[in-house]
Amino acid sequence: MYESLMKVLTSYSLLSGFAIIGLTMWVSYWISNTFTKGRLHGSAIAILLGLLLSYIGGAYTGGTKGIVDIPLFAGVGLLGGAMLRDFAIVATGFGVSVEELKNAGFAGVLALFVGVGASFVSGVGVAMAFGYTDAVSLTTIGTGAVTYIVGPVTGAAIGASSQVMALSIAAGLVKAILVMVATPFIAPYIGLNNPRSAVIFGGLMGTSSGVAGGLAATDPKLVPYGCLTAAFYTALGCLLGPSLLFFIMRGLVG
Amino acid sequence: MIIYGVAFLAFCTLAGIFVGELLGKLIGVSANVGGVGIAMMLLIFLGSYLHKRGILDATSEKGVAFWSAIYIPIVVAMAAQQNVYGALSGGPMAIIAGIVAVAVSFALVPVLSRVGQKKNLTASTQLP
Repeated sequence: MYESLMKVLTSYSLLSGFAIIGLTMWVSYWISNTFTKGRLHGSAIAILLGLLLSYIGGAYTGGTKGIVDIPLFAGVGLLGGAMLRDFAIVATGFGVSVEELKNAGFAGVLALFVGVGASFVSGVGVAMAFGYTDAVSLTTIGTGAVTYIVGPVTGAAIGASSQVMALSIAAGLVKAILVMVATPFIAPYIGLNNPRSAVIFGGLMGTSSGVAGGLAATDPKLVPYGCLTAAFYTALGCLLGPSLLFFIMRGLVG
Repeated sequence: MIIYGVAFLAFCTLAGIFVGELLGKLIGVSANVGGVGIAMMLLIFLGSYLHKRGILDATSEKGVAFWSAIYIPIVVAMAAQQNVYGALSGGPMAIIAGIVAVAVSFALVPVLSRVGQKKNLTASTQLP
């Protein structure tokens, strides 16, 4: 019986994914209503539960894809993979107000540049504090703090060691996860409650998954505005990382 | 028909990601340049055009609305496959670098929100 059950769950993986995530959502909204009287959004709790499941999956299998590395949960991987994620993010754009976008246009573009710069400087500063002095390592770790894609892309282009690249990926992952977890709590303090600030938030944070998760947990109406600018962030980082940012670092530390 | 809406959404997404890939090639970066953003713009502008022409009716729009509504569960599924274990076992430097980057970026949101804001706000605060 066990084998038959496993066979159904793994061969109908997307459906298992719907069922598992549906159950997670139900549990989350129940926790939200019972223990926090709805003050902590059900979706925020669901994302936290998802991250917790991912930690358990990673610790249990030693893989890199969280819970999805356990065959029973492969459907969750399909449901939350890049294809359906992008499909759903684009769909949220349907209710977007063009006026709001125009209103935030310039600040959004500015936020992209400031965001890449600020994260890079933060990453470089911490790397220096931990004793790194060469331009290649500093740039790679700094760009890792931009996003976990920009780090390895830059590192590969300028010839960083694999250990430094791993560190830069880890820094980017911490950023993505922290944005998902912290955004609903920080949002009231930084005025993140309207489309304009969401556009700026997306440009400053940039990590697609972090912005997608963080805004979903804060206010789903803001999702398309943030994701729109965040879509350009990683590319901007990949463009600046191995070129301008690396040249600046080389000029500074030799 | 609902499939028209789903197909329209699929077309916009594919076209946007494709343009993003082409832009990446053009600039010479190994990343998709704004694919999702371009797809979203396409959906907004093409969608409102088709809606005005009466080609995309209310039933078809349900095909888009469904995927928009299923967004949060998809994000939860996405969260469940982040490499949380890898992030936390990356050591203190990686964790601190991530935390500092996020803290600085959060702090900049209110600063940039003021940039390009309607002039009357700044004008009234500057008066004695």
